Amino acid sequence: MMKWRTALIFCWITFVTNVFAAGSGDVVLKHKDWSFNGPFGTLDKAAMQRGFQAYREICASCHSLDYIAFRNLSDLGYSEAEIKAFASEYEVEDGPNDDGEMFMRPGIAADRFPAPYPNEAAARAGNGGAYPPDLSLITKARANGPDYLYSLLTSYKEPPSDKDVPDGMYYNAAYPGNLIAMPQPIYGEDVTYADGSPADVSSISSDLVYFLTWTAEPSIEKRKRTGVKVMIFLLIMVGMSYGAMKFIWADVKKV
Amino acid sequence: MSTNKFSNPVVRWIDHRLPIFSFMDHELNEYPTPKNLNYFWNFGSLAGISLVIMIVTGIVLAMSYTPHVDHAFQSVERIMRDVNHGWLIRYIHMNGASFFFIVVFIHIFRGLYYGSYKAPRELLWILGVLILLLMMATAFMGYVLPWGQMSFWGATVITNLFSAIPLVGDSIVTMLWGGFSVDNPTLNRFFALHYLMPFLIVGVVILHLVALHRFGSNNPIGIDPSGPQDTVPFHPYYTIKDFFGLSVFLSLFAAAIFFFPNFMGHPDNYIPANPMQTPAHIVPEWYFLPFYAILRAVPDKLGGVLAMFGAIAVLFILPWLDRSPIRSGNFRPIFRIFFWVFAADCVALGYLGGMPAEGIYVVLSRVATAWYFLHFLVILPLLSVIETPKPLPQSLSKSVLGGTAMVGAASAVKEKI
Ligand code: HEC
Ligand code: HEM
Repeated sequence: MMKWRTALIFCWITFVTNVFAAGSGDVVLKHKDWSFNGPFGTLDKAAMQRGFQAYREICASCHSLDYIAFRNLSDLGYSEAEIKAFASEYEVEDGPNDDGEMFMRPGIAADRFPAPYPNEAAARAGNGGAYPPDLSLITKARANGPDYLYSLLTSYKEPPSDKDVPDGMYYNAAYPGNLIAMPQPIYGEDVTYADGSPADVSSISSDLVYFLTWTAEPSIEKRKRTGVKVMIFLLIMVGMSYGAMKFIWADVKKV
Repeated sequence: MSTNKFSNPVVRWIDHRLPIFSFMDHELNEYPTPKNLNYFWNFGSLAGISLVIMIVTGIVLAMSYTPHVDHAFQSVERIMRDVNHGWLIRYIHMNGASFFFIVVFIHIFRGLYYGSYKAPRELLWILGVLILLLMMATAFMGYVLPWGQMSFWGATVITNLFSAIPLVGDSIVTMLWGGFSVDNPTLNRFFALHYLMPFLIVGVVILHLVALHRFGSNNPIGIDPSGPQDTVPFHPYYTIKDFFGLSVFLSLFAAAIFFFPNFMGHPDNYIPANPMQTPAHIVPEWYFLPFYAILRAVPDKLGGVLAMFGAIAVLFILPWLDRSPIRSGNFRPIFRIFFWVFAADCVALGYLGGMPAEGIYVVLSRVATAWYFLHFLVILPLLSVIETPKPLPQSLSKSVLGGTAMVGAASAVKEKI
């Protein structure tokens, strides 16, 4: 009896791990120990600020960030004044005004990040036919998102001699199929961090992972913090209801 | 109708005119329940609570959700980001569906092992299978609502299946779609139906419970209680046991919600639906995988659809396929082996449903599908005839005395209360 059950549980676990591991395909992922991993995980604000800078200075010329408004940046530890300053660096279209005209004005905290292209067709036209996806949700929209993003950004390599790389395509060991239309975005020292942190390819990529993990799920830290409290409550409830059950059943004769 | 068992005069006054308190007292308090139920009997109440959780979180989500192809994905992201505790509500609803299915699958396998589908509980069982069908339809339509890549392509693949039906197939598909492809009208009608169906489930659950309370719960030994010494009042004995089970269930559920909320989902559903771009693998939610495997195991489209629905249809007639008068698998040595083989077969089907339909997986899917139907259509009827059961105990309270095997088994309508 017991043996059957163990076997069944074993099958089930194998099944579950297989199904969910599927999809990673032929690529090799680099696994990193992110601070947001695990039940007690937290986001690293300094890294997120650096990642934000890297996004603005490197990625924002091709990729939008539709789900993030300037006001959300307070999560990264920016003050209201700093947020206003970031926003006012952008010109956004507003309107129509009383004359029915659209007009440009400096950004305010409530505005969302302006996209680099007005629409998908323009984005494709600017990138040789390929579409640079919105990055807001990217770490949730790929299996093992954070590791995948880090690997993607750090795996541009010389192609093996037998691999044909067509014009406008680049060899990337982490991208499914290994041929991606995005040119290598980070070479190292692409940004100068105010806090003097290293700006090699790996550091910038890792900072971007922190930033984009937050954009994908701004509530991630709150979720885990709430979770720990809820688990403590529930485990106490398990213990108490078990005790109460044993107490109530004590007078029932065993069958 | 005596109302004097209630001390509160208001309760007495009401109960005399509307015996709602007597009803509750009778069905939830004194309701005699076998005293030997094991933890597998916790899953019925857990299923009921899951249903309530889904309805409550679903209604709250509907307050901020927009069923339009241009806004659905965004509106879900707004719930995740801008609605107070929206992320929590959505993660509960999302993972709740998976946990609901886990609970109901265990509940069904409990019934399969302990023969809970046998007389006099055939209708109870049939209502249960009906609930399963309604749940599947509800979950399928719900998964379409966030309008991600898997929502769209899952809906496209599954609705297309109906075109296999001869003559009317294409018209059915057009009706499901509300047009000529999965599009805004599809999303709108799926939302309307997804809102409606859980309430149909509530209706069937009520019938399920009425049928349950007619003869009471089956139990691990599978013979009827022979008198009050074999039962305990539902309250406090099973209310506290169900509460303990609920605590354990909620702990596991909360661990998923707070620590791995997307583990059971597919990353592609965080990409907005794009009719121009097919995902590399289209896979349904995990709880549909065994059925998906059966669908793909049959080389013919109509055949596959029939096999998939047949896999559920056999459950409806199960009480007439397994004619053995012994309910509990504990007393059926051969049945027991086949039960576990069948369980492993279902797990295997689930695994195969998640694999690409090529090479060895196709062969294995066919074997597993064949075994699924063989189990119900050949093995169970055969076992009812050839198997010699172990001796049954004389009553729930007494241990095995040896000798006669059939005491109290079978369909003798229990006279109680
Ligand atoms: C010159 C424009 C350009 C820049 C700058 C750029 N990207 Fe891209 N990116 C693209 C294009 C084009 C694609 C689509 C590639 C394809 O479909 O093959 C893409 C795709 C991606 C993808 C999706 C890969 C996948 O799995 O589908 C990610 C993630 C990404 N970029 C991240 C970044 C990050 C982070 C930065 C900043 C460090 C960045 N990109 C800078 C053009 C750019
Ligand atoms: C929404 C889904 C369901 C709910 C809320 C529900 C609820 C319940 C409850 C509360 C019980 C009594 C407690 C117990 O015996 O575990 C029960 C018993 C039962 N259910 Fe369900 N059920 C559901 C689905 C199903 C399904 C899908 C099936 C079968 C296919 C099923 C078959 C049975 C049977 C046979 C019993 C009697 C079991 C016995 O006494 O041994 N139920 N159900």
